[in-house]
Amino acid sequence: MDKILVVVSGIGAIAFIWWFFFGKRNETVEASAAKGGVNVIVDGGYKPQVIKVKKGEKTTISLLRKDPNSCLEEFILPDFKIKKYLPLGKRVEVEINPPRSGEFSFHCGMNMFHGKVIVE
Amino acid sequence: MTKKTFPIVGMHCASCAKLIERKLVGTPGVGGALVNYASEQATVDVEDSVSNEILAKAVREAGYKAIFSKETSKTAEDIKEEAKREELKKLKTKVIVSGFLSAVIFLGSFPEWFGISLSPLLLLFLATPVQFWGGREFYLATWSGLRNRAASMDTLIAIGTSAAYGYSVMSLFGITSGMYFDTAAIIITLILLGRFLEAKAKAHTSDAIKKLLGLQAKTARVVRGGREIDIPIEDVRVGDLIRVRPGEKVPTDGIITEGSSSIDESMVTGESLPVDKLKGSLVIGATINKTGTFIFKAERVGKDTMLSQIVRMVSEAQASRAPIQRLADSVSSYFVPIVLMIAVGVFVVWYVAGFPLQAFINMVAVLIIACPCAMGLATPTAIMVGTGRGAEKGVLIKDASALETAHKIKSIIFDKTGTLTKGSPSVTDISDAKTLAIAASLETGSEHSLAEAILKYADEKRVKRQKVSGFRAVPGKGIEGTIDGKKYFLGNVGEKDAAVRRFEDEGKTVMVLSSAGKDLGYIAVADTLKEGVPEVVEALSRRGIEVWMVTGDNARTAKAIARLSGIKNVMAEVQPHDKADKIRELKGRMGSKEAVAFVGDGINDAPALAASDVGIAMGTGTDVAIESSGITLLNKDIKSVLTAIDLSRVTLRVIRQNLFWAFGYNIVLIPVASGVLYPFFGLLLNPALAAFAMAASSISVVLNSLRLNMAKI
Repeated sequence: MDKILVVVSGIGAIAFIWWFFFGKRNETVEASAAKGGVNVIVDGGYKPQVIKVKKGEKTTISLLRKDPNSCLEEFILPDFKIKKYLPLGKRVEVEINPPRSGEFSFHCGMNMFHGKVIVE
Repeated sequence: MTKKTFPIVGMHCASCAKLIERKLVGTPGVGGALVNYASEQATVDVEDSVSNEILAKAVREAGYKAIFSKETSKTAEDIKEEAKREELKKLKTKVIVSGFLSAVIFLGSFPEWFGISLSPLLLLFLATPVQFWGGREFYLATWSGLRNRAASMDTLIAIGTSAAYGYSVMSLFGITSGMYFDTAAIIITLILLGRFLEAKAKAHTSDAIKKLLGLQAKTARVVRGGREIDIPIEDVRVGDLIRVRPGEKVPTDGIITEGSSSIDESMVTGESLPVDKLKGSLVIGATINKTGTFIFKAERVGKDTMLSQIVRMVSEAQASRAPIQRLADSVSSYFVPIVLMIAVGVFVVWYVAGFPLQAFINMVAVLIIACPCAMGLATPTAIMVGTGRGAEKGVLIKDASALETAHKIKSIIFDKTGTLTKGSPSVTDISDAKTLAIAASLETGSEHSLAEAILKYADEKRVKRQKVSGFRAVPGKGIEGTIDGKKYFLGNVGEKDAAVRRFEDEGKTVMVLSSAGKDLGYIAVADTLKEGVPEVVEALSRRGIEVWMVTGDNARTAKAIARLSGIKNVMAEVQPHDKADKIRELKGRMGSKEAVAFVGDGINDAPALAASDVGIAMGTGTDVAIESSGITLLNKDIKSVLTAIDLSRVTLRVIRQNLFWAFGYNIVLIPVASGVLYPFFGLLLNPALAAFAMAASSISVVLNSLRLNMAKI
């Protein structure tokens, strides 16, 4: 009896993990120079996680780290050669001017938390 | 007059403010001063010649302290350093305290081995601080991640150790049986220790940048109004005249206006021999003046200097992504959730098989042994150390992908002039001293590049020049003039004897001196090969790389230089704008895993640099070349090409080892921790051992990358 219970709850747990981590929708924010760039809160990940920008338009991404987790202390956007140290509670601005369209992922120093910039 | 505002500390009454005001107004160059006691600020009107140091000195003499922006606003680098130091200190305390408590818990958990028996309640009392104080960061990170439905390796550690701790607490109440306080505490201690060691090692991966920043001079001795004053480097402006004495650092980039010297540029360009500098020569900031005293005019300051550009380029390259990293990148987003699912699966399988206790232990072992960190660190740490190492040798790498591509080079094309050769002609042969003397006298009025070579050579040989009358240049033929009543002609026309033809076959330009139709002697001039070219060509061939030469020169000159260099493949009479096409042609013949490199001086071969897979620009530092080339060599030494290729090869080797190790580690040990070996060998992995393996794996990746600092290149 207890074995059946363990199997059922085990399958349930796996399904839950799948849904919890892979089933989420990413919050997307469109950034434009007119709006003066985009604010990203770094707290257990990136909020918003997806940033849409226009090709050839200078956009400022302003990052504010609220999470003391040292993994998040670095913001890396490799395709734009950006690696910034984010002091806790202090805004850091990153300027990008994407020359081509596409999806460019960014991540933390340990490559644990992810997000992306979509250039259209 | 400019206005400056700066804070002052040490004031205790309004009269102190008045005292400082008086002192400041009395300082030469200060027009007016206002000191506010309440806000502890001073505002002064000063002439441009008054530096912050002078103001600081005045305030100090009054018995107070002025703080200038340099000291108050810290750079991001400083804040980072400070935060890192704090973190390391905190980690160290945690490692020591947790280590001590864990040792006691361990000794007290196995009365059958150590003869010490601690009551379960005491074990709980000892284990709790380790779990929630030592492991606090793991919980915080897990919590902030879960709120965003993201998981990191902290999630794995927090869940794994909490399971062991919680299970033991339940045993206290008789719900379950067995105590795993020792396991939970040891895991946390080992992982904290691992993080501590990893942070220490990782700090060294950015040593190169720190070293470069440390090269910057702190002050400059500026000549202003006939006086020499030492001012902070931040206050130096373009156009300032700066004196540099023997043994001193050149404070910034500029051009010598007075005096001469020999300068050691090795720290910036990697050039091993000191470089002679005369009036009009360019000097680079952060290099060291060896012998003479000189004055130079600052041309580039602050973030425009060569050193700043190097630092910027290296840090940009370190932030870029190597194509080889893509797999690790995509795996990392799925890794942790998948490990969580595997752990649940392991528990279910073992439980159903009838081993409830093993089910629990193996689940914890799986959670703890999984190490996504090693995968994340494998490529970036090697790129960081590799690019830094390159910068030390004067090899600037634009991005990680250029460094990666360079190891695939199968074909390398050298531009001739300025790359294989010195780029300026010099005298190689003369028939006799008298010919040289007459030729030099004749050429004195000429502006031709060959004339420059002859005059330089004559000066070196201390040949006295004679007075020439009736000087005339015959376009396309040569020059003529009269010395002591005798008319001479120097040029490259007329009958060519065997000797002249032989020189021409060697790629030299021969000028024959004649008078009244009779040949008197000759001077051969050629653009000479740089030192070490044949050795480099040979070394490249030994590495299986095909070496080509491309030049706009005629085939005969090209062949002569190629012969001297040991290059077999020559493309001659190629116009600058056609070089890119030639490279595309060669690329067409290559396989997809083979790369073509082009080495040029970057002045008019930007299209060729851009057309190749790896553009290597040599010894220029012009912005154009840096943009279109993947690798910039800061010195003119041809051996740097070899250094760049070797650097790429060793870096890639280290990256491959790291990735192999990181992936292999997880692929092999996650199943072992799951207990797949148990049915065959009765082998299970203790969760504490899993913690040790996991900490060791990420440290070993960082240490392997640091090994690049010692690699022979």
